[in-house]
Amino acid sequence: MENSDIRSLDQPKDPKKLSIISFSGDFDKLVATFTLATGAAAVGYEVHIFFTFWGLNAIKKKQGRAFVGTGFLPKLFGFFMGGLGSAPVSRLNFMGLSPKIFRYLMRKKNVATLEELVDAAKALEVNMYACEMAMHILGLQKSDFIHEVKEVLGVTTFLDISEGGRTLFI
Amino acid sequence: MSTVKLDITREHCPMTFVKTKIQLSKLQSGDILEVLLTEGEPLQNIPRSAREQGYKVLEVSHVGGQVHKVLIEK
Repeated sequence: MENSDIRSLDQPKDPKKLSIISFSGDFDKLVATFTLATGAAAVGYEVHIFFTFWGLNAIKKKQGRAFVGTGFLPKLFGFFMGGLGSAPVSRLNFMGLSPKIFRYLMRKKNVATLEELVDAAKALEVNMYACEMAMHILGLQKSDFIHEVKEVLGVTTFLDISEGGRTLFI
Repeated sequence: MSTVKLDITREHCPMTFVKTKIQLSKLQSGDILEVLLTEGEPLQNIPRSAREQGYKVLEVSHVGGQVHKVLIEK
């Protein structure tokens, strides 16, 4: 087989499409998710982010700690998880001090903060979806999320949407 | 037809691309965006991605130091 044939097999059918499964609600991994999403959207990619499990915290309307969800346990869980503003870093979190230090350093060094990246994703019309199953476990409704979340989806619809492009799990 | 200036010399990835894209989306067809950017990734990729997205790159010129000017027509 020629080298060019091997390359053509490896390459996605539609290289201008990026789909990200945002699983982690960690601050640093959300920065990676939104950096990739906004950078790709800005250079003309069609971008989709599918938020599931801890990732759902990033798209809650209430960015701090709040009793979001239906039922006693989901509400309690919702409170401890919080939203975008209370996302912990994946290493050396120091009981929530590290995200504050990161935000300070990002502002000081003129790097987009997590909140600015989320705003950019909204402005660039990045497609955002929430996972139906994880929402069900956590007692969350679509109305608990920012209005930019287009749809509540399951695996099969996500596979249809991401078909032919590149997919990342973060 | 108007010219809009955008200075992204102090920005970092991905905001270099994000700010250019958002500014381009606000322009009317035929308007020109004058982007000041630095060498490296912005200089390599902003003119290229603008072309790929169907915009016309009219000029890429060296301003001084590490700064370059790119003129993009929508």
